[in-house]
Amino acid sequence: MSDARTDIFARIREALKVKAPKPHLKAQTSSPKTSVAAKPWLPDGGETAEDSLLILAEQLAKLKAVLIRVPDHASAAKAFAELATTKSWKKVAYHGHELTRPLAATLTCEAWEADASFDKQKLEGSDAGLTTCESIVAQLGSILVSSRSSGGRALSVLPHVHVVIAEASQVVPDLGAALALVKARHGTDMPSMLSFITGPSRTGDIERILVLGAHGPKELFLILVG
Amino acid sequence: MDNSKAIFLKEATVNAADGVQRAFISKALGGYYTNRDLQKARYRDWERARDAASMAKWSAVNDLANVLEKFVNNFERNGGVVHWARDAAEARDIILKIAENAKAKAIVKSKCMTSEEIHLNDALEKAGFGVVESDLGEFIQQLRGEAPYHFVFPCMHVKREAISELFTKHLGTAPTDSPEELTMIARRHLRQLYVDADIGITGANFLVAETGQISITENEGNARLTAALPRIHIALSGIEKVVNELDDLSVLLPMLATAGAGQPMTCYNTLYSGPRKKGECDGPEEFHIVLLDNARTRLLADPEQRDALHCIRCGACLNVCPIFKNIGGLAYGTTYQGPIGSVITPHLRGLKQWNHLSGASSLCGACTDACPVRIDLHHHLLHNRRNAAKESPTLFDRVFHNGFNFVIKRPWLFATGGRIFRATLPLLQKLPLPYMGAWMKTRDLPKAPAQSFRDQWKHDHV
Amino acid sequence: MVCTRRFCAKLVRVSLFVPCFVDQLTPKVGLATAKVLKRLGHDVEFRSAQTCCGQPSFNSGQWGVAREAAIRALGVFRGAEAVVGPSGSCVAMMRNFYPELLKGTPHAAEADDLAARTFEFSEFLVKKLGVTDVGAKFAKKVTYHDGCHALRELRLKEEPRQLLRAVKGLELIESEEGESCCGFGGLFSAKFPMISTAMVQVKGGALARTGADFVVSSDPSCLLQIGGWLSREGKPILPLHIAEVLANDA
Repeated sequence: MSDARTDIFARIREALKVKAPKPHLKAQTSSPKTSVAAKPWLPDGGETAEDSLLILAEQLAKLKAVLIRVPDHASAAKAFAELATTKSWKKVAYHGHELTRPLAATLTCEAWEADASFDKQKLEGSDAGLTTCESIVAQLGSILVSSRSSGGRALSVLPHVHVVIAEASQVVPDLGAALALVKARHGTDMPSMLSFITGPSRTGDIERILVLGAHGPKELFLILVG
Repeated sequence: MDNSKAIFLKEATVNAADGVQRAFISKALGGYYTNRDLQKARYRDWERARDAASMAKWSAVNDLANVLEKFVNNFERNGGVVHWARDAAEARDIILKIAENAKAKAIVKSKCMTSEEIHLNDALEKAGFGVVESDLGEFIQQLRGEAPYHFVFPCMHVKREAISELFTKHLGTAPTDSPEELTMIARRHLRQLYVDADIGITGANFLVAETGQISITENEGNARLTAALPRIHIALSGIEKVVNELDDLSVLLPMLATAGAGQPMTCYNTLYSGPRKKGECDGPEEFHIVLLDNARTRLLADPEQRDALHCIRCGACLNVCPIFKNIGGLAYGTTYQGPIGSVITPHLRGLKQWNHLSGASSLCGACTDACPVRIDLHHHLLHNRRNAAKESPTLFDRVFHNGFNFVIKRPWLFATGGRIFRATLPLLQKLPLPYMGAWMKTRDLPKAPAQSFRDQWKHDHV
Repeated sequence: MVCTRRFCAKLVRVSLFVPCFVDQLTPKVGLATAKVLKRLGHDVEFRSAQTCCGQPSFNSGQWGVAREAAIRALGVFRGAEAVVGPSGSCVAMMRNFYPELLKGTPHAAEADDLAARTFEFSEFLVKKLGVTDVGAKFAKKVTYHDGCHALRELRLKEEPRQLLRAVKGLELIESEEGESCCGFGGLFSAKFPMISTAMVQVKGGALARTGADFVVSSDPSCLLQIGGWLSREGKPILPLHIAEVLANDA
């Protein structure tokens, strides 16, 4: 008896002997690259960096994510410390990185570097997770985190609040640009997880009524420097 | 009559007469329409974006062997283990074996329709493994012991009072009528389960051949947690989920969210390549993917309906379908409800037993217009009807249509028959005739005119 | 007959395509169609060899029977300059489904040719003749129902509305559920009466709520369904074909 893999490939090859017509398109697409071809049809991500920042701010507001724009890293640390005080955090987990450490250092509550001594139970008991990100997509208000930029897989999703610290230069116009950047940066050695986070966790499963914080963070803050 | 058809007719009759429930579903979908239209308006050309999305899927599906092979090679290179399942039983066996080898004590699952298709939970439970659905809607349906009502919104038919009662009964929580509080009850209950589970099972929305990554779309964060904390991650996916390039997601991810849920993007769109890598602090030690055929190659072998394999399971066709809205998702008796379900179920589970779903449509075409990947849905219902008539014609249809054909081939007979029909219509309306009786139960017919159009035309023009 | 500028488009010899149930049950729709076209100065003929386009069989999966009907229709309308029917559904059958039915047969080319010569009534007026004001008067409130075949197979949405807006005295009110199906679907309405009825409840309810005097459509089959339900429910709104509105000049 042949194995399942061989059988399935044989079935596929047999099935594809007859060609299928193309879908009923509005117009033929010519560019081989999807993101390039589709860019003028998808939601706008802005032509200039300034446009993109405006679109990003608008998208984040609609998603009920909070954007905190600060001029420099010192102000970022101050804003983060204020957030921790206002929200009365007792325990904050953070991803060890040059952008996050100065912020964590300003905290008066407990702060621990999650990727240095990972403990899932401790992470579950943390009020907030502080991470960096790979890039930010203006078009959709998405923040791309990865297991490398964000202290593994759980840090950006298990604590009740997720705070991202990033620089304005990390904002890219659209999803196509973010994916291209991922390929350029990581090539064939991708982080084991890359996640586009678009607003705080949500569900509409009960009567299609929007509730934030289904399983992931109820609140999402983006501190953007510059 | 086949059992599946009898059940469908019974359920559809009951639900279509339930005005309260229909209004509830309609109201639940109201917000979706508003948000969908707002998001669609942000697209600079939605129709051409549909072109791009459909071509991304078309080019992968029509080169499936090569694209799948590329995906598998890259997936393995990333350190994942690939398993192949010709059918549901093989897929269940593979997953059971992984669970047995791991001596799993607790399994947590995120929403995966393919697992519904292979009845995975039953198999795991029978083998003694505890398995918990983590998606809120699926969790509620699991407690109810009921299949998902809608493959994107599993419990959209359940009122908050019923959910409150359900939670009181199973979780011992105090009653509440707040959707937010109900969501928090589930959140609190499930959190420790992620931490304790040995195995996390997810589906996959896209398999990216170029990079060997799988892409998972969700809103709640439960899939993120399912693939982060347990020691083993198993993804179950149909073979048709493959796309050529990472770039294809730049169109597919936003369109999936907009068409399906009226969002710019769903909250989490996550790409996984392999288990935890060197230098990463968490993530599973093992990453398995089970690639399932289960009659997908049968659909692939039908070039006319091959585009049904483009489906990205967004649910847009259900949301706009007047049949779905009026009979509800459970009446279908299928894993995949609504128009896409009516199209593919006959291929996956047999035309003879499931063709009634193709018949139960007014062919209004709202589904086809809503589909982000341009599946020719309502025309495929016609194709299924044709195939069924060829494969197993019903005697009634044969007699009726051949008789009708005999009449319409002969204009004089058509005219004479029409005259008799008009003359006897008042009587016919009172008789319990097959079709006519069904019509007359809820609707009137216009008073038959003394003269037909052709009679009057002849009278005026000779 | 008064021939104003707007009526003096290129004159066409029109061959009427009268759906079988219009012929037998609502002949006034066919007569109104002819009246409007004649008023615009066109020559109108009716070829009495026509019967049914074959859609009931086509929709029931009986494509062999439907193919015979299609081939017959090709013969009936052979040589006609323009074939015009007051039904989006039956015209969609000829325009979109005859070519599919006859693909790969010796009739394929003629099916494509007939498809190109066949028009739905409002489409013919607006798109082919370029006429929106046909000189009609109708001082009533009307709401418009888009038949699904006209809307989604023929992609007609604005054409009938343009015609109605040009009617003197007419007030056009849009309804909720504007693009929802009425639930007719041919034999579907009788094979799955419970679903069909639920659908017309949704649609008919929305139409009645507009407060219009008439529900107008370019599809007489939808009007059969909607009108049948409205009548049974005793709703004070009557079905009327768009040709009947446009034929009204008094």
